[in-house]
Amino acid sequence: MFSRDKWNEILESLTSNVFRTVLTAFGVFWGIFILVILLAAGTGLENGIKRGFAGIATNSMFMWSQTASKPYDGLPKGRRYNFDLSDVEALKANVNGLEYVSPRNQLGGFGGANNVTKGLKTGAFDVYGDYPDVINQEPMDIVEGRFLNMNDINVNRKVAVIGEGVVDALYDKDEEALGSYIKINGVNFMVIGVYKKKSGMGRDIEEAQKQIYVPFTSFSQAFNYGDRVSWMAVTADDNHSITQLKSQVFDIIKKRHRIHPEDDRAIGNFDLYEQFKKIQGLFLALNLVAYFVGILVLLSGVIGISNIMLIVVKERTKEIGIRRALGASPWNIRGQVLLESVFLTIISGMAGIVFATSILAIVNFFLSNMEDNSEVMFVNPSVNLFVVVVAMTILIISGLLAGFIPAQNAVKVKPVDALRTE
Amino acid sequence: MIEIKDLHKSYKVGKNSLHVLKGINFSVKEGELVSIMGSSGSGKSTLLNILGILDEADQGTYHLDGVPIKNLNEKIAANYRNKFLGFIFQSFNLINYKSAIDNVALPLIYQGMGRKDRMERSMAYLEKVGLADWAKHKPNELSGGQKQRVAIARALASDPKVLLADELTGALDTKTSYEIMDLIQGINDEGKTILVVTHEEDIAHMTKRIVNLKDGIIIDDSMNEQVKAIQNV
Ligand SMILES: Nc1ncnc2c1ncn2[C@@H]1O[C@H](COP(=O)(O)OP(=O)(O)O)[C@@H](O)[C@H]1O
Ligand SMILES: [Mg+2]
Repeated sequence: MFSRDKWNEILESLTSNVFRTVLTAFGVFWGIFILVILLAAGTGLENGIKRGFAGIATNSMFMWSQTASKPYDGLPKGRRYNFDLSDVEALKANVNGLEYVSPRNQLGGFGGANNVTKGLKTGAFDVYGDYPDVINQEPMDIVEGRFLNMNDINVNRKVAVIGEGVVDALYDKDEEALGSYIKINGVNFMVIGVYKKKSGMGRDIEEAQKQIYVPFTSFSQAFNYGDRVSWMAVTADDNHSITQLKSQVFDIIKKRHRIHPEDDRAIGNFDLYEQFKKIQGLFLALNLVAYFVGILVLLSGVIGISNIMLIVVKERTKEIGIRRALGASPWNIRGQVLLESVFLTIISGMAGIVFATSILAIVNFFLSNMEDNSEVMFVNPSVNLFVVVVAMTILIISGLLAGFIPAQNAVKVKPVDALRTE
Repeated sequence: MIEIKDLHKSYKVGKNSLHVLKGINFSVKEGELVSIMGSSGSGKSTLLNILGILDEADQGTYHLDGVPIKNLNEKIAANYRNKFLGFIFQSFNLINYKSAIDNVALPLIYQGMGRKDRMERSMAYLEKVGLADWAKHKPNELSGGQKQRVAIARALASDPKVLLADELTGALDTKTSYEIMDLIQGINDEGKTILVVTHEEDIAHMTKRIVNLKDGIIIDDSMNEQVKAIQNV
């Protein structure tokens, strides 16, 4: 089927009208180009958004206490309650499949008043009392010093890890942050580390640099929180999804705080995993749209090829008549038309793929050469081998489809009539 | 070699039907050189096309080398054309984007012959018609006589049982016509069965038997004292 003679025949007939061949090829070229670019743009956007989640334990949820919305066990509705440290232990002990349960207390935030001072400078920052595990759930780069450790927790060290945004606000240009003291709500903490976050966790990346982490225990002590826990970040391990484990977690909390088993409003929560899934669903939809649009454009290219092949077949009616007089079987004739159309489709499609990937390479080159590309939504827009294989399959099938009717036309005419045409 | 009985053929022209062949009985033995004579529109080409399995008769029987030719599907018809028949046309019918040798090789491609054999064989036939030096030339670089020689080489390439030529000198001047007929006579002398359709007396007289067709029937079928074309060149 792929003998040298066949190729020669195809090349001969395609090069016999180069201009027309090129114009015809352009339709498919364009279609596959758009398909690849759209898919790559989808991937780029997806990579961009995923970078927003980079390193974050997406299999996590955050929960906080609200007020009981149903009376239960002799307690009235509207009752306030708080999580406490024993809840953390209870969850760790009783729920199978949890990787981290990190309690957290928090000061400031959401446009609160100035709460941190250093010398004459002041600022309003989120201050978190955290366990060291939090760095696994909310990854950050420690650019100076170190992060909190269990020792800090155990001996209630008044130490703080601050973001680069905090450094910018509170320190002079060449001033050394490590080892200095900042006052949080009037209590002195020593700076032991500076972090930089790559992800805003769904919030402004700028804001994410303006946070202060102190040991959970010294936070509670310094600000009189006792055993209280304002919220918890709960992460499931790789074999479980937090969305599935959620109700178990809530049931334990409800039991421990005498909350009605059906009181769903007593515990507030934000399921990161669920959000993540939603975004993934969005990208699936985006990909479908890309395929849909790309294939439609490709289809118009295919119709173009089909059209031209019809004309070619018509023009070559006489030649086909001659070939049949010389002993070409219907499948010889059909095969040539089909092969020609598949060949044309694949060549123009490949050109489209090559052109599209070159453009992507250039875009990637500029993206990766940008000083600070953290604000760019696009990351590495690219197509994988799978997409290329899919595109090639689509091309071969479309080439066959494009050639089918013309091929049928080519053998429909009786040889004697074909020979008579001029 | 060719055996036809009571052959009828009509064409539909609008609502009417045009009865072109009205019962032809005719046979050709191996090695004959026969001309079918008749004025324009007498049905010569129609008959030749049926003999060439390019068209089908409405009625009657046709045996080619003992094989009944009836209701063949296109695949078998193509195979028979390839194996049994060689065509020579008035307008040469070469493929214009192929070189002379590639044109000659075409029937061999459909036989599935390998490239090397095919090229050797095509070259041998081009030599036979005196065009070895023109093998790489495209048809538009050849004169009419040369084109017809290529066509003859092509018709011979698959070593068919019968050569069918429709007005093969119709597009050529007299001198070239006689040169072509000389070639045809030579090929016949080597034993090939050849059927020539013509409306020209002088060409017909260069064959060994003249069949006269008029209004769809054979009015005369007689042996002829063959005039050697070479004498007129
Ligand atoms: N495909 C066709 N449809 C209708 N009429 C045809 C067709 N082919 C030939 N004819 C008619 O049949 C008659 C015989 O044609 P043809 O066999 O070509 O004659 P010749 O070759 O002897 O000149 C002519 O009148 C011609 O017009
Ligand atoms: Mg005729």
